[in-house]
This record gives sequence, C-alpha cells and structure tokens, in this order.
Amino acid sequence: MADAGAIRNPELLRGLADRLRGMDGPPATLMEVCGTHTVVIARHGLREALPKGVRLISGPGCPVCVTPQEQIDHFIALGGLEGVTLATFGDMVRVPGTHRSLEQARAEGLELLVVYSPMDAVEEAARNPDRQIVFFGIGFETTAPAVAIAILEARQRRLGNFSVLCAHKLIPPAMMALVASYEKGQEASSCPTVEVDGFICPGHVSVVIGSDAYRPVAARGKPCVVAGFEPADVLAAVQMLLRQLAEGRSEVEVEYIRAVHPGGNRKAQEVLARVFRVADARWRGLGVISRSGYELAEEFAEFDAAKRFEVERPESKEPAGCRCGDVLRGAIDPPECSLFGSDCTPRRPVGSCMVSSEGACQAWYRYRGAADESG
Amino acid sequence: MAIPMKVVEIEGPVAQVEEAGVRRAARVDLIEGVKVGDYVIVHAGVAIDRLDPEEAEETLRLFEEMMGPASRQAASQDEVT
Repeated sequence: MADAGAIRNPELLRGLADRLRGMDGPPATLMEVCGTHTVVIARHGLREALPKGVRLISGPGCPVCVTPQEQIDHFIALGGLEGVTLATFGDMVRVPGTHRSLEQARAEGLELLVVYSPMDAVEEAARNPDRQIVFFGIGFETTAPAVAIAILEARQRRLGNFSVLCAHKLIPPAMMALVASYEKGQEASSCPTVEVDGFICPGHVSVVIGSDAYRPVAARGKPCVVAGFEPADVLAAVQMLLRQLAEGRSEVEVEYIRAVHPGGNRKAQEVLARVFRVADARWRGLGVISRSGYELAEEFAEFDAAKRFEVERPESKEPAGCRCGDVLRGAIDPPECSLFGSDCTPRRPVGSCMVSSEGACQAWYRYRGAADESG
Repeated sequence: MAIPMKVVEIEGPVAQVEEAGVRRAARVDLIEGVKVGDYVIVHAGVAIDRLDPEEAEETLRLFEEMMGPASRQAASQDEVT
C-alpha cells in the first residue's frame, strides 16, 4: 500500500510524539474503545508520548473479552451434543468458561474447529454432511458482516447442518451506556467506572457503520475521533481529541479518512439488516445494554443454534477474583487487579482479557516496559 | 484483526488478495465495483471496505500540519543525507 511505508516512517512518528508531548492543557482521560488500538498503544509505548495529565484507558472493544460467561458456557454445552462440531475464532479457545474452556473440553473429547473465517465453517459443513457445524458468532460490526455472508452462503447451498450461536455486539450503544453511567453519577451506578473526556473510536467498526454513528455520543458532550491502526494514527487522534477539548468542541472527527466515511459501507449495512435483528444484549462487565447486540432475523431462524438445539446449560459464574469487568469499563488499569501477572498470565489466564490477543490485560502484560519506539 | 490487502484476482464473489507475499481468498460481495489492483481491508475472510490512496496522501498532509514547521525541516534534512 502506498501509504503504509510513509505512515510508518519513524521520523514522522517522532515528530507527532514530540508535538503531542509538548501540548498544554487541562488533564484529560481518553478511552480507546477498540482492542486493536489497545495493542498498538502498548506495543509502541505510546503512553510515553502523552502530555502530562493525559491518560489513556481501554474500553469494551475486545470481542472475545466482552462475550459474557453465559454465552461461552452455552457454546461449550452445545459441543457436548452428539454429532456436533464447534467452530470458532482462535482467540476464544482458551477463554475459561464457568467449568472449563473450549480447550479443556476438547481434551475431554469435544470436536472443535478453529477457523480464520466463518466461511471456513460453512465449507466444513459442506464436507461433513453427517455432522452439525455450530459457529460462535462473536464480535462487533466489523465481524458480523462476515457471519451474515456465511449464513447467506449456507442458505444458498441448502446446508442444513450449519448454524450460528449469535453473540454479536454493537459498539455505539455500549459507548452510550458508558456515557449514561457518567451522567448518573458514580453513587447511582451499579457499575462504577472512570469518567472519560473523549473517545478514540474503532477504525474498522467505523468502516462498516460510518463515523456518523457516534454523533449521539458527541452530542452528549464527549468528543469522538475515529482512528486508524498505525501508531501515527493513534497519536494524531489523541492530538485531535485534545484540540477539541481545548477549544470546547464536542464533535465526531475522522483521522482514518483513508478508510472511513460518514455513512459507512452501505452494502455491508444492507447485509446486516437482512440477516440480523437488533436486540438487547448482555456484555461482560457492562451487564445488559438495550439494543446493543444482534440476533438472527426471523427469516434466518433455522440457522440459529440456540433454537436448533436444546441443551442443558450450567449456572454461569465469573472466575473468582477476576476484574475483567472493571477493565472493560475502564474503571481500572489491568495491573490494579490483584491476579494480574501473578495468578493470571497469558499462559495461565483466569479472565478473558488476559486470553485474547486484543485484551487489555494481555496487552499490558506482554508489552510491560516495551521500548518507547515513539521517540 | 483487519488488514489492508491488494486484490490480484477476482472470480465471482471471491477474490485472491495479497499482502507481504501472503495470498488468500476473500469475499468481495460488500465492495461496490471491486477491481484488480484495489486495496481492500480484509477481516475474517471478507473485504469490508476499499482503501482510498488519495485519502492516504491527505492523511500524510494532516500529520505534517500537526507537526508544524520544525519537524518538516528535520524531515527534509533527512532526505538530503
């Protein structure tokens, strides 16, 4: 890509970091909503480039992390049924369920296929007509179109042995829920958090939904900047947010202009609207948020694994001592959890935020003391 | 994780896309008028958007503006050496 080399130029990154570090202004707490941004910030030591008093905290933007325990338990339970093969993205395999992870269940005989794309699960169904392939539909507006296309493909090919356990989540309603919790005040809120002054919005979710989707957030006094995934993109987005705050503006701005448009990708939105229906959804750490997830539209109910299979589900419980929920709300930084780095590491994870490569706990753990490449 | 990849071949709704020598199949149903040579963002086997090269140039201009004259000078000195 013509831009990748230029945007990765270390000179450019150093220039942006120097300029940012020298910015004056009041203290500010900014949330990077997206897990991929969390990783970029940790890997490149971008916190070193923040001006005094400016803090970056992670939000509820890691797909595996926000998937609640009960949906993970449900998926694992489906794998216990005769003739069922589960298919999922690799990041989900080691997430502890209430009693076991998928990895542990596989050791006990569960059939598990790790896929890069939901289309791989459709192909598996086509190759194995004797088995039921159940795909775990997790992720945000970035991933949901791929799952929608897989469902359309399965229907076109009349694959009666493909289904999806639908656990997709939507980013803007989660941001609005956070904003509402700040407005209610800490005492009134059952889920304490740290009030943020502005949001770094996810780049690839925004590719699909468009930057206009954050207008309701900006209208509530929280500036939003949609950022790309090079370190320079993130530094530029922080600078844009600090400028908005300094000038008393609260708008939606796009730093990631090479990919994001105000209206998003209309074709993707059409496919989403056809296959899914917006519904209330439970998030790890945030509880049930109104109209913040997808379920399958009536027309595609036959592909809904939750409807196709009756299965006994265990009573779901969060791992003891795990503070993933607080991390996902931005209420604490990962090292503030007493399990972090001792009882909970990427090798022996207790919570989902330490398992996923996009989880805040894993990012903080892996890049502790990362060399400051930003200058 | 979504990554930018170059379209090198298209057959129906499926394209061959390439990045850093890695080639894989991706659905391009969601990209209006996709053609060979386009850069697309691929996520979970599906292209979710096309990258705009002109806007990439614009991004660099935006960064330059943010850095101000001092670092521009540093950058041009770099070019000389």
